[in-house]
Amino acid sequence: MRYLPLTDKNRQDMLKTIGASNVDDLFVQVPKKAFIDGLANLPLHKGELEVERILSAYANENHAAPDGPFFLGAGCYYHHVPATADHIIQRSEFLTAYTPYQPEIAQGTLQVVYEFQTMIAMLTGQEIANASLYDGATAMTESALMAMRITRRNGLVLKGVHHPHYLEVLHSYKRNFEDMHIDENITDKTACVIVQYPDFHGNIHDLAALRAECDEHGAKLIVVVNEIIALGLLPAPDMADIVCGEAQSIGLALSYGGPHLGFLACRSAYVRQVPGRLCGETVDADGKRSFVLTLSTREQHIRREKATSNICTNQGLCALAFSVHMALLGEAGFKRLAQLNHEITIDLAEALGKVKNVTVVNDTFFNEFLIRLENPPHSAKEIVSQLAKKGIIGGFPVSQNELLLNATEMTTQDDITQLCEALTAILSA
Amino acid sequence: MSTDLKYTKDHEWLKIEDGNVAVIGITEFAQDALGDLVYVELPEIGSKIAKGADLAVVESVKTAAEVYSPVTGEVVAVNDELPDNPELIKKSLEAGWIAKVKITDEADMAELMDDAAYQDYLKSLD
Repeated sequence: MRYLPLTDKNRQDMLKTIGASNVDDLFVQVPKKAFIDGLANLPLHKGELEVERILSAYANENHAAPDGPFFLGAGCYYHHVPATADHIIQRSEFLTAYTPYQPEIAQGTLQVVYEFQTMIAMLTGQEIANASLYDGATAMTESALMAMRITRRNGLVLKGVHHPHYLEVLHSYKRNFEDMHIDENITDKTACVIVQYPDFHGNIHDLAALRAECDEHGAKLIVVVNEIIALGLLPAPDMADIVCGEAQSIGLALSYGGPHLGFLACRSAYVRQVPGRLCGETVDADGKRSFVLTLSTREQHIRREKATSNICTNQGLCALAFSVHMALLGEAGFKRLAQLNHEITIDLAEALGKVKNVTVVNDTFFNEFLIRLENPPHSAKEIVSQLAKKGIIGGFPVSQNELLLNATEMTTQDDITQLCEALTAILSA
Repeated sequence: MSTDLKYTKDHEWLKIEDGNVAVIGITEFAQDALGDLVYVELPEIGSKIAKGADLAVVESVKTAAEVYSPVTGEVVAVNDELPDNPELIKKSLEAGWIAKVKITDEADMAELMDDAAYQDYLKSLD
């Protein structure tokens, strides 16, 4: 018997019910250029050995982070991930992408989720954290929606420079949350003030000043952390109402930009407005410590369209990798890691400051900062291409003459020397 | 339940006090259906509410249910005891009311059931 769950008639009936003429109508939001007409020039079959050769040749065209000096951050950071993390996440007891749908059977998984939440709450100086979200961008938007629900206001104020991808995600949501508006100034209609810490250009903003401004108008303060290792050196943003962001730096490789690990922490008074899953500690029938998914009544499978958000899962495996790596580092190790990042970045800033026609723009930074190129012979983008030809990944161009550069514990003094020499050569050509 | 109460098909009860203020709660039928209550989300005092719109949310261990306003009006009082002690809802009308709404459209009252009509309605659900 063939298993055909849907007949053509079923499909037509469903389309008719929702008022769509064909299946493509369901994808109108996807940009036209993202569609392809069939798979071009793919042979029908090849032997396994041939496929391996072809794909290896493609792979060899990549320039991976460890292949040379690497100064690209911009929201995605190159750090050392201990082999232990990869080993543990591949154990079959753990290897699942999400929280299981019959979660209480998997006590080990729930214990890890609970430990992840505890770590995030401690790092951010908040009382509670959820079981993770897809990435920093969705975490930021979910936090804004949370603040709108808590305050019953619709205005957002963005302070400092934000990651462009995060803003794109915010605007995607805004199209369907018609009441949401983004304003210049904080007023009595402001639901929240959102600031990145450090911001997209590496600047560290004065949170106490923003807190005071928020309090004047009854607005919530949302702090977005792009590079979670910064919290090893910077004071925890405990005066924020919600702290959210991206935790890729701990436990996760760059992997061409994903999967990432969003987090969201806040004061416990807001727990019923938190999106996504939450794990809690309890005791079982025998009085033994155990873990459950809790406050699920906020969620989609129970609240349906009234749910706090349409996110009803988490990044289980990435949260596990984070938790393993963080447990290996410990508090002292995490602070030392942050220290190493900052020290090598100071070295990078000092070295670049000595390059002719280069100015370090930032007054403050953690492990990433902006440089301005005076009268460059090419655009910043072209300069990055020329550096790449020399085997150096030289940062992220944010304008015609500005580059965003990052250094981490992976950066060596030799990497810095190579970058400065190459940049000197390009700028004086 | 008392005879001067009015009821909705969504199992809210309503009692008029001071002429045009509706005291609103949920009936025993709704309480039984929900089970153990863990939280009540109250509306803001001063907020305008339309008949049939969400007035409050009652959360139990297994679900969360909207409480719909049986009348159009303005929220003039909420039962602040409930968020910390949601089981009060089951104790009595005096202890377990959810919110008080000042009615702006008297016509809304005509559509509500009296006690006898509500008892018949409950039988029709069996």
